[in-house]
Amino acid sequence: MNPSDIEKLAHLARLEISAETIEQTAKSITEVLALVDQLSSVNTDGVVPMAHPLDAVQRLRADDINETNQRDAFQQIAPATEDGLYLVPKVID
Amino acid sequence: MHNLTIAEISRKLQAKEFSSEEITRYFLDRIKQQDPTYNSYVTVTEELAMAQAKAADARLAAGNAPTMCGVPFAHKDIFCTNGVKTTCGSKMLDNFVPPYNATVVENYINEGAVMLGKTNMDEFAMGSSNETSYFGPVKNPWDTNCVPGGSSGGSAAAVAARMAPGATATDTGGSIRQPAALCGITGIKPTYGRVSRWGMIAFASSLDQAGVMARSAEDAAIMLNVMAGYDNKDSTCIDEPVPDYTANLGDSLEGVTIGVPKEYFEEGLNPGTEARVQDAIKQYETAGAKLKSISLPHSHLAVPAYYVIAPAECSANLSRFDGVRYGHRCDDPKDLMDLYKRSRGEGFGEEVKRRILVGTYCLSAGYYDAYYGKSQQVRRLIKQDFVDAFKEVDVIMGPTAPSPAFAFGSKGDDPVAMYLEDIYTIATNLAGLPGMSVPCGLVDNKPVGLQLIGNFFAESKLLNLAHQFQLATDFHTLAPSSLA
Repeated sequence: MNPSDIEKLAHLARLEISAETIEQTAKSITEVLALVDQLSSVNTDGVVPMAHPLDAVQRLRADDINETNQRDAFQQIAPATEDGLYLVPKVID
Repeated sequence: MHNLTIAEISRKLQAKEFSSEEITRYFLDRIKQQDPTYNSYVTVTEELAMAQAKAADARLAAGNAPTMCGVPFAHKDIFCTNGVKTTCGSKMLDNFVPPYNATVVENYINEGAVMLGKTNMDEFAMGSSNETSYFGPVKNPWDTNCVPGGSSGGSAAAVAARMAPGATATDTGGSIRQPAALCGITGIKPTYGRVSRWGMIAFASSLDQAGVMARSAEDAAIMLNVMAGYDNKDSTCIDEPVPDYTANLGDSLEGVTIGVPKEYFEEGLNPGTEARVQDAIKQYETAGAKLKSISLPHSHLAVPAYYVIAPAECSANLSRFDGVRYGHRCDDPKDLMDLYKRSRGEGFGEEVKRRILVGTYCLSAGYYDAYYGKSQQVRRLIKQDFVDAFKEVDVIMGPTAPSPAFAFGSKGDDPVAMYLEDIYTIATNLAGLPGMSVPCGLVDNKPVGLQLIGNFFAESKLLNLAHQFQLATDFHTLAPSSLA
């Protein structure tokens, strides 16, 4: 991993990484990836990936409305709202 | 009063030897006096606690109050609490006041238990030392130069320093058991899905599990009785009957077979820790249990598999923190991308950013099969090791952590050294099994934990084995000399 790889990843993850820390970040992520590269040494041919410890399947519920509208409560903690909408910087000219 | 256990407090409340208001006030005063040294609480909910205590006293007076009614305790600051700030140890949520309670929180409210406050933790539960909290590190009550372990280090230190008789906690790779070991208390991580995760801020959803920290197995059983059970709001919660975890604490150890994995006693284990753990296992043998040497051949792959799966899941879960609906938002964003990037860049600490980046990399096109898919295959091999072992043994025992509490900063900027702190605990999370840590002695005047790993839904058996050990030993009653 070099700093330009980290910049690309940070963009994908929508994260700002400061110029002062990018070298250190690249170094530490390289170390972590070296750790996880141990996995390549084990033969997993034919092993079914494990999605749930108890091999449970996703439970489905009836297609009923069972939640009350709490928009006002949720928007009270929002950084910026107006007329029941969340405000963000302009995205369409 | 601060040395009373939950069981003792409950009995005295029911016998009207003191009121909930009295014991709650006592603990609130003690927090005020002690916590500036330890930093184990992020928020102390004094007014709410006294109101809950008053209500509990009314229920106690009316009779038939539940076991934990009126008993003070603390919640890890990862559980959403209606009207009470919930930070998850992060600047990102420094201003977050949830408009709802987590199911676990609701269960304790229904029981009539009294919340003293919210405990400090590694940011978003990512860490093994409590050095990543935005609110500063928690100090280990046994040695304030040392870490309390993480990520539930605030809960562990609060219980060890007698600032709460018990606390909730969560465990994604060892975050209940490791801090319990380093602080000399008892902690249990139940089977995956045994306790609802609804309203518990998600880190790695296939691994996260809520549990408890207390001073004894009996207290842990009392607390787990309140928390465990099916919750329709959490689709990963398992619909299995919940036993009374206090019912079988007295069962004999006669005939119990303990598996001792050879991989848990190899290079890297502190010699003093090894000696205390071996002594504890011999104690079980003396009490009638049989020992059997076993092998968990894929256990060395647990840490690498975890550090793909956990970051992958965290990168997805933490995408919700975008500065739009709640949490930290940067000043004067110039466009939407700037809002996302700066809000997240400013709100998250270095370890959280590192894991998001690792997760993003492992899930990206071209790397998914080599990292994420491979890890999930290795995860099945690790689980199969345990399934095979439990055909021959009732419980597996070994060390909880490779050494006693280490000094602040001693793992420096080396994430891999820090990650290996959870080398003995991570495999149980990958397999979804219950695990527990109980104090089993001191090394250099710092506590050591014995880890007990059970089969799926064998929490009662673990609590029984831990309780029997605690009836025969006094390690769980030891306190730091500064608190004597």
